[in-house]
Amino acid sequence: MDLLSLTAVELGTAIQQGQTTAREAIEAVLKQIDKTEEILHCYISIDRKKALEEAEGVQRKIEAGELSGPLAGVPAAVKDNLCTEGMLTTCASRMLGNFVPGYSAEAVLNLKRAGAVLVGKTNMDEFAMGSTTETSAFGPTRNPRDPERVPGGSSGGSAAAVAAGECFFALGSDTGGSIRQPAAYCGVVGIKPTYGTVSRYGLVAYGSSLDQVGPLGRTVEDCAVVLEAIATHDRKDSTSLAREDTDFSSALEENVKGMRIGIPRDYFGPGLNGEVKSAVLAAAKRLAAEGAWVEEFDLGLTEYAVPAYYTIASAEASSNLERFDGVKYGYRAEGGGSLHEMYKKTRSQGFGPEVKRRIMLGSFVLSAGYYDAYYRKALRVKAMIRRAFDEAFARYDCILGPVTPDTAPRLGESLADPLKMYLGDIYTIAANLAGLPAISLPCGKNGAGLPIGLQLTGDCFQEKKLIRAAYTYEQAVKKGGQTGDEGI
Amino acid sequence: MAVISEETIDYVSILAKLELSPEEKEQAGRDMGRLLEYIDKLAELDTGNVEPLSHVLPLENVFREDVVTNGDESSMILDNAPEQRDNMFSVPRTF
Repeated sequence: MDLLSLTAVELGTAIQQGQTTAREAIEAVLKQIDKTEEILHCYISIDRKKALEEAEGVQRKIEAGELSGPLAGVPAAVKDNLCTEGMLTTCASRMLGNFVPGYSAEAVLNLKRAGAVLVGKTNMDEFAMGSTTETSAFGPTRNPRDPERVPGGSSGGSAAAVAAGECFFALGSDTGGSIRQPAAYCGVVGIKPTYGTVSRYGLVAYGSSLDQVGPLGRTVEDCAVVLEAIATHDRKDSTSLAREDTDFSSALEENVKGMRIGIPRDYFGPGLNGEVKSAVLAAAKRLAAEGAWVEEFDLGLTEYAVPAYYTIASAEASSNLERFDGVKYGYRAEGGGSLHEMYKKTRSQGFGPEVKRRIMLGSFVLSAGYYDAYYRKALRVKAMIRRAFDEAFARYDCILGPVTPDTAPRLGESLADPLKMYLGDIYTIAANLAGLPAISLPCGKNGAGLPIGLQLTGDCFQEKKLIRAAYTYEQAVKKGGQTGDEGI
Repeated sequence: MAVISEETIDYVSILAKLELSPEEKEQAGRDMGRLLEYIDKLAELDTGNVEPLSHVLPLENVFREDVVTNGDESSMILDNAPEQRDNMFSVPRTF
């Protein structure tokens, strides 16, 4: 059996049925890592010994009938901003280059309870700030679909590891598109759930009002099953929701009859690449053919999401990253001096340029005299954006559009112009500002063979509608071949 | 393009607790000028009657009894400290 050709759920089922074992699964993944990791650099750390031990332990529990879920024995990767007990958690920063947490993030514990086997910690943009995984202090990750290109970011290592078969699924975090955008660039599926659905306990904070943990996987089914496993109420996260509708796998049905899907005209303006546009519109056509009721509408305010986002996210980042001062953990600069000098030296040497840029911007927009003009203004615009979505969801079950304006750029193309890089987040950012769930899934390839992503966004708590629509689309493509511009 | 003055950059780096080299300062002035100019786009919107929205979902304070539920984790926590002494974080002199 070629284990690497299986989805996470297929592998989990095969393990339950005794056709293979957790040990064989992790060995297959480690073998693949031997083949491709040197070029791709999906991981910051891999603990082979621990992974093999974990697999043995899980296998014993499966055989004893103590673990029977679809993820038991399935090798998984975790983004390096989620704490893992006894295992390096660096946030791809020199600042946390030696940080070994004494506890695990709640999402990671939930995976372990489900019996998933942790392969390692994936590369990312430093402190999740970036859209390419190039701001990592440990070097960039390369896109498995074309190693000359970036995998996207900030969860680029997670997306690339899934695409390359270096794990069966992965966890990422999404503050402005950091799960969905790399999923689109690498041709995998990613879900950013409703804010509060997955505990943020043990996730190193970037923009706390925007951050959500979510899954990346090869299929909609894999992502639904993983999300179901990690979505729990957690008293340790005061924004965690007590939801009773987290049985997301129950939404895996092929049925969009009568589903109302809105396509925002504002998303299809001049900034959108032509090939991306036609692939996304072809996907809409296919959903219509499956019985969905699809129409265009004006969402509005689209061009204001990015400036509002960078104001709010930078402000929260400047506050959240104050904790890195060389006292409690991580890096401390050498060279004597007073406490205050030590703080400044540590932070100046420990943070990379993109992190410093956002801390500076955030400190400015929160400073006396500018707070109202910038920070509070952005919060007011956020309220307007939320209202625009409320109006849209009064008419539609979900909103369909592209994930990104273009396919994956080449390495080295993006960092020279931060503003241009930020504008690439235009379609993903609004979901974070409004707290909405959104899914990114492949909807074809461009002429050069690079994956194109389709995004479906829903109202708060409506993940099941998104999963149903995404699953219907995915299955229709699988069965029906190509209709138009989708070269899957 | 709006250029942020050196005084402003110096002030912001005090707030941010960052020590920037002369080159970094110049770059920061340019970057921030460009970003703020872009963010100024928000001024096009009339937000006079709009309340700022901090959290999208209603949040309530979460209360619990003040009972210890975890064990003594001090050594585990201190193990990550760059310097420790007598079960405490050790820092350079504060004056």
